[in-house]
Amino acid sequence: VSKPFKVIGTRPIRHDGVDKVTGRAVYGNDVNLPGMAHGKVLRSPHAHARIKSIDTSAAEKLPGVYAVATGKDFPNLQDKIAELGEGMVNLAHLVTNCLARDKVYYKGHAVAAVAAQNAHIAEEALKLIKIEYEPLPSVTWVLDAMKPGAPILHDDLVTDELGKPGAKGTNIAKHLHFEMGDVKAGFAKADVVVEREFRLATVHQGYVEPHVSTALWNADGRITVWTVTQGSFTARQQTAELFQLPVSQVTVIPCEIGGGFGGKIRVYLEPVAALLSKKSGRPVKIQMSRADCFEGTGPTPGAYVRVKMGATKDGKLVAGEAWLAYDAGAYPAGIIGPGCMCVFSCYEIPNAVVDGYDVVLNKPQTSAYRAPGATQAAFAAEQVVDEIAEKLKIDPIEFRLKNAVKQGSRRVDGPVYPKIGFIETLEAAKNSPHYQSKLEGKNRGRGVAAGFWFNAGLKSCVSASVNADGSVNLLEGSTDIGGSRAAIAMQLAEPLGIRAEDVVPRVVDTDSVGYTDVTGGSRVTFATGWAAYEAAQQIIRQMTHRAAELWECKPEEVKFEDGVFSKNGTSLGFKDMAAKLHTKGEPIVVHAAVEPKANATNGFGVHICDIEVDPDTGKTKILRYTTVQDAGKAVHPSYVEGQLQGGTVQGIGWALNEEYFYDDVGKMRNASYLDYRMPTALDLPMIDTIIVECTNPDHPYGVRGVGETPIVPPPAAVANAIYHAVGTRMTDCPMAPHKVWKAIEEAKK
Amino acid sequence: MPTLFIPHQLRELTGGRDQLPIPEGTLRQALRSLEADYPQFVAQVRVDDGLAPGLAASIDGNFASRGLLAKIGPTSEVHLLPAVGGG
Repeated sequence: VSKPFKVIGTRPIRHDGVDKVTGRAVYGNDVNLPGMAHGKVLRSPHAHARIKSIDTSAAEKLPGVYAVATGKDFPNLQDKIAELGEGMVNLAHLVTNCLARDKVYYKGHAVAAVAAQNAHIAEEALKLIKIEYEPLPSVTWVLDAMKPGAPILHDDLVTDELGKPGAKGTNIAKHLHFEMGDVKAGFAKADVVVEREFRLATVHQGYVEPHVSTALWNADGRITVWTVTQGSFTARQQTAELFQLPVSQVTVIPCEIGGGFGGKIRVYLEPVAALLSKKSGRPVKIQMSRADCFEGTGPTPGAYVRVKMGATKDGKLVAGEAWLAYDAGAYPAGIIGPGCMCVFSCYEIPNAVVDGYDVVLNKPQTSAYRAPGATQAAFAAEQVVDEIAEKLKIDPIEFRLKNAVKQGSRRVDGPVYPKIGFIETLEAAKNSPHYQSKLEGKNRGRGVAAGFWFNAGLKSCVSASVNADGSVNLLEGSTDIGGSRAAIAMQLAEPLGIRAEDVVPRVVDTDSVGYTDVTGGSRVTFATGWAAYEAAQQIIRQMTHRAAELWECKPEEVKFEDGVFSKNGTSLGFKDMAAKLHTKGEPIVVHAAVEPKANATNGFGVHICDIEVDPDTGKTKILRYTTVQDAGKAVHPSYVEGQLQGGTVQGIGWALNEEYFYDDVGKMRNASYLDYRMPTALDLPMIDTIIVECTNPDHPYGVRGVGETPIVPPPAAVANAIYHAVGTRMTDCPMAPHKVWKAIEEAKK
Repeated sequence: MPTLFIPHQLRELTGGRDQLPIPEGTLRQALRSLEADYPQFVAQVRVDDGLAPGLAASIDGNFASRGLLAKIGPTSEVHLLPAVGGG
């Protein structure tokens, strides 16, 4: 599409706005069905234990209890691998994560579940379930879990060396190794070498809405699930696989979702609610508490990262070495892959080696959290880059410009970049009012950091039908987390020459639209928007043919431009044509399915952060923050800005306060928002945003994904700012006040 | 000619070779062309009619869609990488 846009790039009011602000939108906990039972889940008090016995008899006898379920009620699934669109899943791990079978691997691991007349009876029943545990030694720090003699979680675990079996009797689930050039020779050429090690705590996605699912196992064997999920089709498939049913036996109805950020892709409650429904003959709803979310769902990995980089005195990076070990949690996870692939992804480094380890330990199985694995890697690499730039007395953005990847640059993991916008993003940051301003004052500092995320394409479907009034109903399979209904509707409206408001978008269930992959990977505006564009093209083709019938001419004689059908001086606008055709033939209905060939849209961001440190308390205050990112083409700039601001704020929380505190027996001690400190509006200034538009040639409108990259740079940007404020290099994340204070005091010695 | 880049960890299955020439066409055809000379390598990366679990193919800088039916052009670079999920 090369003409100036009329809809793309504008800021229409979101279609679901009224329902959201008036409380009419139906979220997961709003689902109430006749005869519905309430479910509760019993969770392990131990970080690691063998289950010797479970006695549910007393709970079953409690009046008002309809059903009790344990892991043994699920099919005993061995190591079967299922393809779930955005990744594989080991079904034996998934099913025992929903309800443990022989062992519990973390405090909070679900062990049994009850369905009862109400939530209070269900809670009482949980207390009557007798479980005999044999507690086992536990481990919650990644380097400890890798040591010889560490408690072993899975006796049958074998290290995966990119598909090849490696060591046995280990907690190392995966080892990855990437290498390019001659690292030893590269470091020999370097005039400046910096090596540091970094530690990051486990953090949670912090979505506002806890997990909640309702399931009905109908008498005909069909399962219907109402749930909050980032992917209704993947929830359908996971649920079907766990019961070994065909996917057509399961319908997932996605409710409105109060945040996901990667944490609502794996199923936790859906299969358990279905199991209880099967046993009780009633629909069953289960809702997690906040503590359940912290302790029973996947946070993002804690990590240890060591990075060494070398540069010549003219400011060119010549060598890099990275060693990363990430928490997998209770079961192998896989976030280490992108961590390794992102650690040097912003820079041309001719000689580099990266080793990564995915390590099981006694925490919940880790999940994605916006650009999974990239933030931990950037926390390390971007601080080392900052330190080298300082040693070479080169401005940190200039240093990044000297080394920035561009079209044709090769990443250490091998691929060569297509057209990307990192240099344009760095230039925009350099020229921004923020970077051009001076920061003055004691204990104040400015930090810069860059970040990269691949973004995804994957499969998307939409269906569209033209109404007699010229509006278009648009059915989509992508659950809407961040305003995507509007962005997708706009991509349909643009070719049709109608307003975004003339499109009525609906997120529908898995029986009502074609297969659509998860809302994740920054892919929905890119891929589902592309499907909407294709649907618009089909509508135009159908209506052109019908207009030819109407005007008694050949289809090629009918032109469609700027929302108007015309033929030799006769013309009708889209809406008038829709009305006319409604009375003369079949309805205009189309379906579009895409799986874009370009399955990565390569998002780059550059952040500028001004902070002030209180040296007496170590508290860091964010004074000013600017997020610059290449969006390719911003379909709805407000939602792009919202993604940039949201990701940045989550990254600042990760940087300054958020962490799972574990005690010495592996129990999380801060599983509430009172003690797990997320930033609020009072903690932060307005996050300024600059959208760079380096169009993506592989999308009809030039779109790149934007949702994940903004969380990558903040911890490094804040750390760099703290260093420039008080001269202490913060290598432990979060950089909570007590750590900053301690670092300042130690620097004085 | 298109080239398949062999991941460092799998080079012992290709006699140490880090790149192999492959035919233009599809990823399925490319792997089939290597079966005779590098059976262990192909067995490692291909399971049934797909890539092995946890593996993804990058073709010309983009993660490939369509599984083994992904198209390989006359000068394509193909890399086998860990699969990436997003948030």
